[in-house]
Amino acid sequence: MSNSPKFIIDGLQATVEGKQILQGVNLEINGGEVHAIMGPNGTGKSTLASAIMGHPKYEVTGGTITLDGENILEMEVDERARAGLFLAMQYPSEITGVTNADFLRSALNARRGEGNEISLIKFIRQLEAKMKELEIDTAFAHRYLNEGFSGGEKKRNEILQMMMLEPKIAILDEIDSGLDIDALRIVADAVNSMRSEQRGFLIITHYQRLLNYIKPDFVHVMMQGRIVKSGGPELAERLENEGYDWVKEELGIVDERVGQEPEDFAVPMNTISPRKLS
Amino acid sequence: MSTQTILPIDRQSVVELSRSKQEPEWMTALRTEALELAGSLELPSLTKTPIERWNLKFDGGYKAALPVDQPDRLPEKVRNLLDDAIHPENVLVHYNSGVVYNSLSPELSAKGVVFTDLETALREHPELVKKYFMTCINKEENLVTALHAALWSGGVFLYVPKNVDVDAPIQALFYADDPTTRFVPHVLIVADDNSSVTFAEHYVSGDMDGGMVLNGIVEVIVKSGASVHFATTHHFQPSVTDLTYRRAHVENDGRIHWLIGEMNLGNSMSETTSKLIGNGASSNMKVISVGTGEQMMNITTKAVHIGKATESEMTTRAVMRDQATAIINGITKIEKGATGSNGEQAEKVLMLSPRARGDANPILLIDEDDVKAGHAASVGQVSEEHIYYLMSRGISREQATKLIIYGFLAPVVAEIPISRMQEQLQALVERKLGQ
Repeated sequence: MSNSPKFIIDGLQATVEGKQILQGVNLEINGGEVHAIMGPNGTGKSTLASAIMGHPKYEVTGGTITLDGENILEMEVDERARAGLFLAMQYPSEITGVTNADFLRSALNARRGEGNEISLIKFIRQLEAKMKELEIDTAFAHRYLNEGFSGGEKKRNEILQMMMLEPKIAILDEIDSGLDIDALRIVADAVNSMRSEQRGFLIITHYQRLLNYIKPDFVHVMMQGRIVKSGGPELAERLENEGYDWVKEELGIVDERVGQEPEDFAVPMNTISPRKLS
Repeated sequence: MSTQTILPIDRQSVVELSRSKQEPEWMTALRTEALELAGSLELPSLTKTPIERWNLKFDGGYKAALPVDQPDRLPEKVRNLLDDAIHPENVLVHYNSGVVYNSLSPELSAKGVVFTDLETALREHPELVKKYFMTCINKEENLVTALHAALWSGGVFLYVPKNVDVDAPIQALFYADDPTTRFVPHVLIVADDNSSVTFAEHYVSGDMDGGMVLNGIVEVIVKSGASVHFATTHHFQPSVTDLTYRRAHVENDGRIHWLIGEMNLGNSMSETTSKLIGNGASSNMKVISVGTGEQMMNITTKAVHIGKATESEMTTRAVMRDQATAIINGITKIEKGATGSNGEQAEKVLMLSPRARGDANPILLIDEDDVKAGHAASVGQVSEEHIYYLMSRGISREQATKLIIYGFLAPVVAEIPISRMQEQLQALVERKLGQ
């Protein structure tokens, strides 16, 4: 098995609540690469991240996703994670009664498999080292998962989890939202420190600012549920300076959004009607 | 409902038993009065809980206890529980109808702490018992309280003198395995001015043929500036019906902290009330429960604010499985004159099965303007969003569900003051959750 992961999305189509959001996304991420996806609100960026991870609300209606040749779409959410996928969420859940440390240790042990669990001491040492790097107060380990965390603290907690779990493909969904300039630098440093041949990154962002700190290898623009333009880092700069209108003109797009604009806070609902969830 | 059908107990046998134990005349009179009242009182009326359909056999006879002076002389099954749960010093064991073991460290004894069974206390400290017995609850309240007053035996008397801080927890084990006997323990705790104490009790049933009823009452008097931590777990098998009243009276600046684990397998009713009589008195109540099988539970937490600047906090969390039913009531009552008071309550139910039932009923009865009161009640299922979040880190659905359920109860379990008891409660939770 090659050490450098190969992640291929081919013609991905997905709906949410019956509405078609992803209209055929094609993307290939190899180990050692950092891809950025930019685009205005409502173009399907977050849907892409959720569909890749397997969020029950999103239904894949066409296309394939493979990681090192294995079909991701046939796996349960936890299997996808153990196969090496990681999603730093835009709105991480707050789960009372489960401490950050217990949660991370469970996740780490799930990854390592039965009989190969990490020793408590080793875990604590690793955890504290990474928490220091991210300038997270070590007391947070014993707080309940994300409970009472500010938006910025939740984002740093997502990155902490990424650092502990060492995924093959890491997707960061708007990791920069809610971060001040100092926190942004800390997060960017952490992400950059994890760049390697054994890892690919997909960074979904609204603002170009993050990409000043995490230099992408490839930049893609998403509109109407599809990747419509790809380029190198200079594409991000041009978007920063000129906005998206020139892209729309170039491609003859009038409204870049998909169907209805997805609500900003649709995701973190705690009660879901009793539909059969996969 | 005629008493003849549920209690073939006659006045004469009550009087004879009382006299044979050399009880003071006032206690004998109290018993006979209560028995007579029982003839005309009804069962407690509980919302949405048909208690009259429960197995309420109150006909257990009195069986004298055989006290032992060393814990290793206790019946084996009791001894095992003792080793598991309780440190051998500062402990009392009530077995079926009476207390079989009791010990108190010499240090505490020297400080004037009294820790004996209630029958002994009645003989050795009659004035103290008379002053406080059945003051937090009225024998006339209903049929169950009247029967309790008439038939109580064994039990606990704990008195902590003024300004004494008891560091080591005082513990009691209540064990029943004989359905032909009655199981009517009374716990009376008095923490005098500025004292502090932690009391932990554990109710368990052993294998038995047939059913029985626990008719239990706990009275805690927290005097001025005193602080009491009261932890209790109930774990009876399905054939035992649990009827428990817990009442505290709290005086000026007194504090009581209740930690309650309702882990029975059969039908149960419990009511825990803190009456905040003095100014600045406070009460904190935390209850957890796991409902399984076809059991019916009625769990009530109540705080009554009478003094000024009094504070109460009540939290009940229940996880419901199978076809179990729980009616959970939180009552915050603020009387006129209790200015500057604050009463908060939260009842949360987690449903794990579509056929289980959990009702969360918050009730605020407020007769004073200058107060704060709040409540939160929720009944819900495990959040799919939370499951997704945990699974997205590689945790299996089964493990994720387990983490969330334990997490739901964790805030209360974590507060149990004795680590062995905490472990035990956690083990009970795990067993009831079928792990």
